[in-house]
Amino acid sequence: MPFSISKDEILETVNMLQTENLDIRTITMGINIQDCRGISGDDTGRKIYEKIVTCAGSLVKVGDDIEKEYGIPVINKRVSVTPVAMVADGLSQDEMVQVGIYLDRAAAEIGINFLGGFSALVHKGFTRGDRALIDAIPETLAWTERVCSSVNLATTKAGINMDAVYLMGQIIKLTAALTANSDGVGCAKLVVFCNAAEDNPFMAGAFHGPGEPETTINIGISGPGVVLNTVKKYPDTDLGELANLIKNTAFKITRTGELVGRVASKRLGVPFGIVDLSLAPTPAIGDSVADILESMGLERVGAHGSTAALAMLNDAVKKGGAMASSYVGGLSGAFIPVSEDAGMIKAVEDGALTIDKLEAMTCVCSVGLDMIAIPGDTPAETISAIIADEAAIGMINRKTTACRLIPAPGKKVGDWVEFGGLLGRAPIMKVNPFSSAQFIKRRGRIPAPIHSLNN
Amino acid sequence: MEEGKRLIITVLGYDRVGIIAGISNILAAANVNILDISQTILQGFFTMVMVVDIAKSQVELSELKEMLDLKGDELQMKISVQHEDIFKFMHRI
Repeated sequence: MPFSISKDEILETVNMLQTENLDIRTITMGINIQDCRGISGDDTGRKIYEKIVTCAGSLVKVGDDIEKEYGIPVINKRVSVTPVAMVADGLSQDEMVQVGIYLDRAAAEIGINFLGGFSALVHKGFTRGDRALIDAIPETLAWTERVCSSVNLATTKAGINMDAVYLMGQIIKLTAALTANSDGVGCAKLVVFCNAAEDNPFMAGAFHGPGEPETTINIGISGPGVVLNTVKKYPDTDLGELANLIKNTAFKITRTGELVGRVASKRLGVPFGIVDLSLAPTPAIGDSVADILESMGLERVGAHGSTAALAMLNDAVKKGGAMASSYVGGLSGAFIPVSEDAGMIKAVEDGALTIDKLEAMTCVCSVGLDMIAIPGDTPAETISAIIADEAAIGMINRKTTACRLIPAPGKKVGDWVEFGGLLGRAPIMKVNPFSSAQFIKRRGRIPAPIHSLNN
Repeated sequence: MEEGKRLIITVLGYDRVGIIAGISNILAAANVNILDISQTILQGFFTMVMVVDIAKSQVELSELKEMLDLKGDELQMKISVQHEDIFKFMHRI
């Protein structure tokens, strides 16, 4: 077959890769571990360890090979497993921690930086295993380096489990306390969800859902820099036309994800799951979702108009990406984490971006209040109330929402937390000082909304 | 999916003597066949795109990349080597 790509097209691709930070953010291998239940925590942990090492032993090598051959950086290679609460149901809190330590060892052994799935799905209530796992989260995140945890506590179909919302406020506080000497970094590895995606490849919220196959490959793409340059090139076009240009760009970005997914799936002998069409920023300059919104014409992200700009961006990314991939899934949208996005950090510093505006933006973006550092003395009930608000947005709008909040011990508004690497750094944001405690302490379940009755 | 044996080599930098010679020598020594070359010089800035076939080459791709990287450093050019599929996937359905 003749080669029919023009030189301009080749140079466009090379430019995306070399100067616009286009990369594959993650190749995440989902592994079912439901067959790994042993007679004790130690036995279960060992079985899980062996399965992960067997299934994903060559994951890092395959990712690195693809990077070399195609010239596209594959930043992270990661693993997600079946929610541990399901597999380890019946074990005690201490045994759950043991399992977590085995997960950490498995991640270290195969050379990956994060492994997700220390998780529980409790949107309608707790099993004994769910309770034991959730109680084990603070210690597990404090004693392990690579394990990520998530709890799904609401869905559009089931409503919001306010008992879990209440509990998670306390768990987050405790996790922060146990990792106090590193600004509460444990909380950066803990996400609470409404409508969690079973095939999400992005950490910290990745887990291998119960509806997933034995193993699967899910791809998380990136590319805020590429979209940013597209928007910058057209400072005067109207928004309809701009949406179209973003769609074209998203299409091209997603195609690289589709290619990498197909190749990785073939080489690992694992079925291809999905491409997640997310614009995932990093702390690197130019790799920022905030910069895209600002280049659309907002002085700072957080200014009035930010929600509309984000809605347009998010939708255009989905439309372009959906055409480019055979299977789309995961979270698929623009991420707006604070600590991982230099533009967001700047907007918070300048007083342009508040937690309230971020909450509004989560109505139209892919996930939720992500990587937000709040004062260490924020009451657990206030954290629960922030979670409840996010869950309500997700439940009513039939979308995934999440909270990854870091109540940094000893820090107050104006201070900074430093996590380093992909997790970045963030200024402490102000939360509403008025109490939500009475409301949160009512607990129970917020019933599913009327539009869940669609059968 | 069929993984072909063609690579795209792109070379970017300031124009000077011996760029094509330097690169094609390496390719010839590695038994890599050049299928197409196109180059332009815009205000002293040199861009070249090469399509090559490595089907008959005994040299590992990573080794070839390394040799070209070294050459790139010597010529003060940015040389990248990529499998053709990334371009096909991005620009054609």
